[in-house]
Formats: sequence, C-alpha cells, structure tokens
Amino acid sequence: MSVLRLATLIGRGHHIAEPAPERPPLFPGAEVLGGSVQVRYINAGGCNDCPLEVSAAFGPVYDVERYGARLVPSPRHADVLLITGSVTRNMAEPLRRTIEATPTPRFVIAVGDCALTGGVAGDGYGIAGPLRDFVHIDIEVPGSPPEPAAIVRALRQLTGR
Amino acid sequence: MTVLAVNTQDLAGLNWPAVVIALVQVVLFIVISPLLVGLIRQVRARIEGRRGAGILQPWRDLRKLLGKDPVRAADSSWMLRVGPVALVVSSLLLCVLLPLVGTLSLDFLPSDLFVIVSVMLIGVVALALVGLDGGTAFGGMGSSRHMTVAALVEPTLLLSVYALSIPAGTSTLSLIVGARLDTPGVIISPVSVLALVALSIAIMAETGRLPIDNPGTHLEVTMLHEAMTLEASGRDLAWLELGSWLKLAALLGLVGNLAFPWGVVTEFSVLGVLIGAVAITVKVLLLGVLLSVGEVFLAKVRLFQVPELLAGSFALAFLAVTASYLVA
Repeated sequence: MSVLRLATLIGRGHHIAEPAPERPPLFPGAEVLGGSVQVRYINAGGCNDCPLEVSAAFGPVYDVERYGARLVPSPRHADVLLITGSVTRNMAEPLRRTIEATPTPRFVIAVGDCALTGGVAGDGYGIAGPLRDFVHIDIEVPGSPPEPAAIVRALRQLTGR
Repeated sequence: MTVLAVNTQDLAGLNWPAVVIALVQVVLFIVISPLLVGLIRQVRARIEGRRGAGILQPWRDLRKLLGKDPVRAADSSWMLRVGPVALVVSSLLLCVLLPLVGTLSLDFLPSDLFVIVSVMLIGVVALALVGLDGGTAFGGMGSSRHMTVAALVEPTLLLSVYALSIPAGTSTLSLIVGARLDTPGVIISPVSVLALVALSIAIMAETGRLPIDNPGTHLEVTMLHEAMTLEASGRDLAWLELGSWLKLAALLGLVGNLAFPWGVVTEFSVLGVLIGAVAITVKVLLLGVLLSVGEVFLAKVRLFQVPELLAGSFALAFLAVTASYLVA
C-alpha cells in the first residue's frame, strides 16, 4: 500500500478512537497529579487475559492516552502501578521491590478478579496470596477479565479528565 | 578602588540589548519547548488515528514531576543529583548563545561554533553519567550507545556549520545568520543546502529522534535516550526531560534561522524583539510539525546502521565544505 493511499484512508476514516464516555469523579487525593498520570504495568502472575485488556485500553480504540495517562518503562517514572494477576511466589519479591522503587504519592490499581481475590488458582501451591496482602489497593477493577472500558474508567478517576 | 572602577565600567559597557535578547530567548524557549513536544506528540497521535493528550500535556507532566521527591538508587552518587541540572544548564546556555530571536551576541561570551558544540557536549556527557550512575544494565547500555552516537555526530555538526561559515567569513553563528539575511541568495546555494541537510540529520541524532532513536519506545533493545533516564525520578526526571526538550527546540530554532533567517532581530527595538519572538516560535513549531509528520512514515534504523547514516551525513557536510571552496 502506498503512503499516499494510507494517508487518504486515515484521513477518510477520521478517528478510530471511540467517543469519550462521561467523566467519572476524581479519586480523592489524585489532585496532586494534575491531569498527568504515568502508569507502570506489572503482571504479578496470571493467565494473560487481563494484560490483553490493559493493552486494548492503551490502544487506539479505547485510547486512554487522550485523558493524560501514559505507560512508562520504569517504576521510577510512575505515579500509578497497574497490577494484574494473583501474586505468585516468584513475583512476590520483584513486586515488593517495584513498589519500593516508585516515588510517592503513588496509587495502586488492581485489575481483575485474580488480583482482588486470588481467582481460580488462588489456593495453588505457586500462589503467595492475593494482592492486598502485599500492597494497599486504591482502586479495584473487578472482572475476569474486566472490559477495557472499566480500566479506562479507573485511570480517568486518577487523571480527572 | 581601581578594581571597582573597572567593574562599573565593564557593567556600563555591557551590551544591554544583547543581554535583553538573551533573556527573552531563555524565557521564550522555556515556555515553547514543552509546547513543541506536546505539538509533536499531538500531530503524531492525530495521524495515527488517536485523539492525543493535548498540546499542554508535557507542561502537566513537568509540573507534576517537579512536585515529586525523587527516589534514588541506594548506591547512586551525587552525579544523579547534579547531572540533570547540568543538562538543563547546558541547554539554557544553548538558548542564550544561539541566534534565535536576535543576532546580537554577548561580547564576553561568543556564540562561536566551537563554543556551542562544547556547551552541547557538557549536556551529552552529563546525561551519559546520569545513565551510568544508577548502576542498572540498561542505563550503562544507553550511555554507551549515546556516546557512540555523540562521537559520530559532533564532527558532522562542526563540519556542516563550518561549511556555512566559509561564505560568511566567520565562525560566529549570529554573524552567519546575519550574513544570510543580507544576501539571501546564499541560502539556496548548493553549499548551504548540503550543509543544512547534513546539519538536520546530525540534529535528529543528537536530540534522539527517528530514525536514529525512537522517543516513544520502551523496548530494551532499541532504547537510547530513554534507557539513560530509567533510573531518574521526580525532580531529576523533570530536569532531564526539560533539558532535552530545550535542546530540541533550540536546535530546531537554529535550523529554522539558517534556512529562513527573516524575522530575526538585527537592530534592537521593542517591536523588533516581539516580531523576532513570534517569528522564531512559528519557525520552531512548523519544524516540529514537519518532524512529527516525517517520523510517522519512518522506522528506526538498526543500531549497527546508525553509523552508516551518520557517515552519510558527514559525507554531505564534507562535500559542502569542499564545494564552498570550489564554487564560491
């Protein structure tokens, strides 16, 4: 496909992003972020269902970046830790270190039932426990997996946009 | 007493219009460099079919980061504290020295080609040391790549501006811009075009844009600039970001003024400074849009091909120098 053809297609299609739903109320304490939220994503151990939904939330259709949230490559840059999956024994220590490396004020969003309750594998020998045993959770996004729209809503509570 | 007398004389003899213009340049570029980055990201988002976070988003990021206390690695030294500030200072010095709003230059601080390249190197070295100081594998890798690119870019920068300096008969950038304003025919001469293309490629490499570095990437294998800032947080990160944005804006401003010198203040007046400020803002933002549109259609070149690309730009700069002796 030629560059020109691609440009006309994009021009004709206009925006891929869906219209913005109504703005949720601001999470108490999130005023300090002032509409700019850097997100560090952590998969503490799961079936990779929730990560697909998270990446959809940051994709062009749900486009959470338009509200001021951005994925960052390092916990040192982050304001928000977005955590999926029940915490496995191997991920318990990396999770603890990642939380330690994140500057305050920081917020934690737990995405999916596994992170919140332990999920189907919650009693398994490889599971160290649900997420709330390791860190204080600010915003819960239930669902197995939750819809991208729910993840977008949780992030918008922090950006306030 | 004599010392005091000399000092006051020096103060009175200070080139006040040049000082005012330098101050205007610094303030203006602190304001527009986050806007420039916001515009680049916004244009890119629109072309990719996304809505984008808005032009003001880098300002929001900066405001938030400046309010956050940094978390530093346990074994990091004073370098992690000083490095980011050194980068900002070097970029601010670039804004003072380069002929952006006006071509009046400070007497005690020449806007000479060699001074400017060395000021830029201070920032490059500070950033590389910040990358090393965190002690992570990626930081060191990023610093090593950054220095490799810097070593290949500096000769091109020097040579291409040298080619531009031959028709003007001086290596002071403000005088070069002034000379181009007086005789605009020089701008479309083969020497000038070759040198400007070489300079643009060198600046893309120096400021970490595509195709040399992808400013949006988080992939370990491809990171150059991002890898060095991984260990910086809060205020430190804010200074690093602002420093690199200022450098990008100032260098785009230089290219803008070399390619299209109209609007630059040559004789001091309030109206002139206003026009100069508006002109340079328009030039920088237009170049930013152009850069952004160009980047959408470019892929990052493989790291091992970066030297080939930069050698190409060096060849262009070398041709420009040769041509300037043969043609002019």
